Amino acid sequence: MHHMKKIALGCAMLLAAGVVPAADALKIGMMTTLSGPASGLGIDIRDGFDLAVKHLGGKLGGLPTEVITADDAQNPDTAKQITERFLKKDKIDIATGVVFSNIMLAVAPAFIGAETFYISANAGPSQLAGEGCSPYFFNVAWQNDNLHEAMGKRVQDQGIKSVALLAPNYPAGKDALTGFKRFYKGDIADEIYSKLGQLDYSAEIAQIRAAGADAVYIFLPGGMGINFIKQYAQSGMMKKVPIFAPGFSGDEDVVKAVGPAMEGLYNTTHWYREMDNPANKRFVADFEKETGRLPTLYASQGYDAALLIDAAVKAVGGKVDDKAALRKAFETVKAPSVRGEYRLGNNHYPIQPYYLRQVVKNADGSVSNKFVAKVMDAHVDAYAKDCKM
Amino acid sequence: MLYLLLEQGLNGLQYGLMLFLLAAGLTLVFGIMDVINLAHGSLYMIGAFLAAAFYQHLENYLAALLLAILATALIGALLEQTLYRRLQKMSHLSQVLATFALILIANESVKIIFGAQPLMLPVPEMLYGPIELVEDELYYPRFRMLIIVVGVLVALGLYLLVNRTRIGMWMRAGASNPGMAAVMGVRIQPLFTFVFALGAGLCALAGALLGPLLAVNVGMGESILIPAFEVIVIGGIGSMRGALVGSLLVGMIDTVGRVLLTLLLKAVSDPATANSVGPTLASMAVSLLMVAVLYFRPQGLFPARG
Repeated sequence: MHHMKKIALGCAMLLAAGVVPAADALKIGMMTTLSGPASGLGIDIRDGFDLAVKHLGGKLGGLPTEVITADDAQNPDTAKQITERFLKKDKIDIATGVVFSNIMLAVAPAFIGAETFYISANAGPSQLAGEGCSPYFFNVAWQNDNLHEAMGKRVQDQGIKSVALLAPNYPAGKDALTGFKRFYKGDIADEIYSKLGQLDYSAEIAQIRAAGADAVYIFLPGGMGINFIKQYAQSGMMKKVPIFAPGFSGDEDVVKAVGPAMEGLYNTTHWYREMDNPANKRFVADFEKETGRLPTLYASQGYDAALLIDAAVKAVGGKVDDKAALRKAFETVKAPSVRGEYRLGNNHYPIQPYYLRQVVKNADGSVSNKFVAKVMDAHVDAYAKDCKM
Repeated sequence: MLYLLLEQGLNGLQYGLMLFLLAAGLTLVFGIMDVINLAHGSLYMIGAFLAAAFYQHLENYLAALLLAILATALIGALLEQTLYRRLQKMSHLSQVLATFALILIANESVKIIFGAQPLMLPVPEMLYGPIELVEDELYYPRFRMLIIVVGVLVALGLYLLVNRTRIGMWMRAGASNPGMAAVMGVRIQPLFTFVFALGAGLCALAGALLGPLLAVNVGMGESILIPAFEVIVIGGIGSMRGALVGSLLVGMIDTVGRVLLTLLLKAVSDPATANSVGPTLASMAVSLLMVAVLYFRPQGLFPARG
């Protein structure tokens, strides 16, 4: 009996290994936010990804690649419908693109249930990093807490006595402030949660003024951050209570919209534009040439997601239907990256260094981000230890 | 603490006055023409987009604002002549369906013409930055101050228009009993066109004033439509005074209520919970006020029809 089982298993394995042919084309489902106040984020991820595919000659892992793009409009219900279509009708091989964690959490079960690999180029919710980690979910950017943890450490190291916190009331907002507080041990003067997608921050600005903190830490991705920083600058608060932010709120899209009022803002990232490696130099130059915009974190993440998929598919010789082998490849492959070296930890989230940038005035009068210092090295997220797979 | 409340009071006033610009048009169209216009928010969006587009060509905020008001009023007049005139004869349900369709059409059209990404309308140079109201304690952005001033002036202007002019008399007559007003010799069709265009122009004014503070994007009309409807239910349909009082009530409850409730909650729970529950309670308070008004005074605080 015992032997029979082993033999059957062996046959099954042989069968599995023998039958899986190399696919002749690769279908990528790129669902991201392409309309509304946060569209800039999704557009950058998409353009970064597309640029990488272009650099690789229209092929990922040697397979001719079709990227099916869809707009989730930052709406979880729309996202669920698109996911359904991706899985049932388009029959995609690998999915990527979601910006917002609430949307990621709404669609992740469907991708995981269908055993379709999801390579997140942005959303890195804690729910999918700890106990809820999955063999099919990978994140090429960061765990949501990471950039906030880095800034928490920086603000702590800088000896700032008290900080007011502001984030939208949704999963990544909570993750953000939890991450900041994990490394910042000073006084929290106030902890404010605003509505997701809120446009007017007059009430929050008044609250921050009243809190009397030495600095304010904000996590407001997309249009929210643009509006907040614009309104904050107009309230004359920029110099009085300086803003510290994760890279998203100090990125080039925000700088472009807000202008010189941003000068001086500190933000933390896992990538910066001046990084000295050949992949990055090519990415930065061509992204600007193709789109006319300076690349953002989001664009770099989209680009790196494509590089990871390329390396993993190449490693399995194009046999994307061999899920076990492809998973192993995603976990172990050394993919090139515009951020230099990084590796994926046991929960499929990156282990990497984090840096500090500052928005500065350039010689020609324009403002943009400049690298300041390294804040953390080979940082592992706080949830990895709870992940058993 | 005092200054926090004062600043929030100003914020409430600013928000309330902007709501008033929308609610005034909504209540007149509803009161006088008896048309439920869900697409009122779309006129606000169109006004904001036009202001941003004009600004990109002219680089002059004031000119862009005036042109946007004019163009939106014109669009309003055209819509009234072609569509709303027909809707008027139909049931409220048909009106809701038709104007909801109009929202979808407006959103998609704006997306096709201006793109899906938000447009930026910068704050004019001379209005940038804060004014110091109380030395070192109370600052308020110049541009928000301007919005308050414009809001007060428009409210005053509308009050004079409705109560002191012939056309205002017709409007009041139309709101209290349109049939009778027509019989008494009020030319009701041109009046409808005028009222609709006026409402559209006020929407554009609100859109152009809020554009530099908020981003100009597709769908911005829907989020402000619900509070505008709450305002006219609270104030009384068709009543200009009701719209003003309702707007200020809603604005104040939302902003000042938010701070007070948060402060109260902080006394009994941790700041994180207080800060997420407080604002939710404040927006609930607005709906509760509406429910209370509907229960005790279903015709609203200042009904137009006696």
